[in-house]
Amino acid sequence: MSAVAHSKMSDERVRAIPTWRFLLGRPELGAVAGTILVFGFFLTFAGDSGMFSAKGIITFLDVSAQVGILAAAVALLMIAGEFDLSIGSMIGFAGIVIAIPAVEWGWPLWSCILLAFLVALVIGFINGYLTISTGLPSFIVTLASMFILRGLTLALTRAATNRTVVSGIGDYAKDDWLAPIFSGYVLKDLFQCMGSLGWLQMRTDGTPLAPGIPMAVVWWMLLTLLGTWILMKTRFGNWIFASGGDPVAARNVGVPVTRVKILLFIGTAFAATLLAVIQVLEAGSADTLRGQLKEFEAIIAVVVGGTLLTGGYGSAIGAALGALIFGTVQMGIFFTGVDTDWFKVFMGAMVLIAVLFNTYVRRKVTYSR
Amino acid sequence: MAMTETSDFLELAQVSKFFGSVIALKEVSFGVRPGEIHCLLGDNGAGKSTLIKLLSGVFQPTAGEIRIAGKAVTLASPRNALDQGIATVYQDLATVPLMSIARNFFMGREKTKGRGVLRRLDWDFMNRTARDEMSKMGIDIRDPRQAVGTLSGGERQCLAIARAVHFGARILILDEPTSALGVHQASVVLRLIARAKARGLGVIFITHNVHHAYPIADRFTLLNRAKSLGTFAKAEISREKVTDMMAGGKELVDLEAELEAIAASETAQPTAEPRLKRAAGV
Ligand SMILES: Nc1ncnc2c1ncn2[C@@H]1O[C@H](COP(=O)(O)OP(=O)(O)OP(=O)(O)O)[C@@H](O)[C@H]1O
Ligand SMILES: [Mg+2]
Repeated sequence: MSAVAHSKMSDERVRAIPTWRFLLGRPELGAVAGTILVFGFFLTFAGDSGMFSAKGIITFLDVSAQVGILAAAVALLMIAGEFDLSIGSMIGFAGIVIAIPAVEWGWPLWSCILLAFLVALVIGFINGYLTISTGLPSFIVTLASMFILRGLTLALTRAATNRTVVSGIGDYAKDDWLAPIFSGYVLKDLFQCMGSLGWLQMRTDGTPLAPGIPMAVVWWMLLTLLGTWILMKTRFGNWIFASGGDPVAARNVGVPVTRVKILLFIGTAFAATLLAVIQVLEAGSADTLRGQLKEFEAIIAVVVGGTLLTGGYGSAIGAALGALIFGTVQMGIFFTGVDTDWFKVFMGAMVLIAVLFNTYVRRKVTYSR
Repeated sequence: MAMTETSDFLELAQVSKFFGSVIALKEVSFGVRPGEIHCLLGDNGAGKSTLIKLLSGVFQPTAGEIRIAGKAVTLASPRNALDQGIATVYQDLATVPLMSIARNFFMGREKTKGRGVLRRLDWDFMNRTARDEMSKMGIDIRDPRQAVGTLSGGERQCLAIARAVHFGARILILDEPTSALGVHQASVVLRLIARAKARGLGVIFITHNVHHAYPIADRFTLLNRAKSLGTFAKAEISREKVTDMMAGGKELVDLEAELEAIAASETAQPTAEPRLKRAAGV
């Protein structure tokens, strides 16, 4: 599993396996190949379009992060063998849970953000509990909550404000203590410094065009690292694989499958809420329609990243690469000047190829004897 | 190292199990002691799987008692049974094919090192232990990181058995572990079972194959239509009788007379082996 274990294993009975064979066993393999392919393609055809300027890179990373934050949580849930189709609606719902108390009732913004995470905890728990206790596929249970949450978002917002967009949140964010960890940029000084050295394009006012790394990207990286740590280095990670691989066998040896799955449903609801906070602070408003189709974009990223739809196999790094491919292609198509309508065609084809490839690899790896 | 103790470590006393109107087991007594292989025989639907599910904590008895070392216990769940030293190996349900050997070996009982947020899996230890324990059982695996799905059926059984032994199981329950295996693989598993016995474990073994059962078993218990027809030491019963019993209930009536004769001859020349235990029924 880990590189350390690999190097320390020197037993004459263990034949050194060829590196390619070991890599073939890793779920990320397809996503790594895909990433190289996508970058090679756009470096060739959009290399001088500004896509790979500092500003361009930050932009496609930001777009990738929007999917990647969700994908990290969705990957863990899918490895545990479950789906969450409600995260897109959860983004919209969390948005108004923040906006309505802040704008209409005058709550301090930090308390609204905490409230949104509390609500996510409850909704994630309900999703998980219903799935496990009814024994229904999570696909169906969360399809229901997808509609319920979207409907609630619209109905509650209209009842409270008579509109479908709540704006004016920017004013409340200004001197809130909690808001900065969800918005703005990090490494501003470094970018400023690189700018004054002439490495980055500058605005006329002397600030660099790309002011720093957006917080969304930071969160994306953090969640990917966290997901990878959990999967590769913790007991909980082993339980995730076991719950998705064979829940009965897992239960028989005492893995708390129910607890694992419910926690992961809470995790996806949290990730959706995190993205909602980031978006609301960036836009300064909460739109009831926000987050639509995000659940599928996250699943696409996770599947392209090598996670099996049937559970028990996958990786968080793969999901991050899947999100990177997603964001890069989306921006790349824009930069190459191809009609952006083609983006969805491309992503659909990508999913198909990824699934075929993953199925092939899994058969090769697990049933090769 | 084989220590044949005289009293049962794990016991079912007059246990019944009903599923609604279905009587799956009726007043069955059964036991296994450390260092013996106890073979459970019976036709399809006789209640063998139900019996071992009672012993492995999947079901709770409707009536009767389960005892460990003479004390009545409740086996609330498979994990609870495991913690009390009873490990069950199913043909398919014991391992997860997509997970690595080491992940499977330590599933539910992972070894960690470090503290607090740095508490993490000890992969060195887990990989090494998984490989060592399996090689003690006579199977050399290439790489503990390889997926269990790449192992043969016999090797997977070995993994499950080695895991049970490593985590201190006293009793090992095997439900038709050889049924899906070829001749060679089955002999590997039978050798494993013999090794587990040599290490002092009590083994409960279910099979439909007399060639698998007769050579390694020390005692036989026959179930027929939810009732026990008795427990026999190997000395009390011939291979042919075991075969007859496996074939089904047809000859059971005349068999009973023969069993009586065996019982009589047994009282005439008592051995160290346990006395024939007869259930009241049939
Ligand atoms: N959960 C259940 N609900 C209702 N009836 C059951 C249940 N489990 C088992 N039975 C019934 O109990 C009886 C004994 O079943 P069991 O599975 O123990 O048989 P078995 O001896 O293991 O048979 P086989 O040799 O085919 O594996 C059968 O008639 C079966 O239909
Ligand atoms: Mg059975």
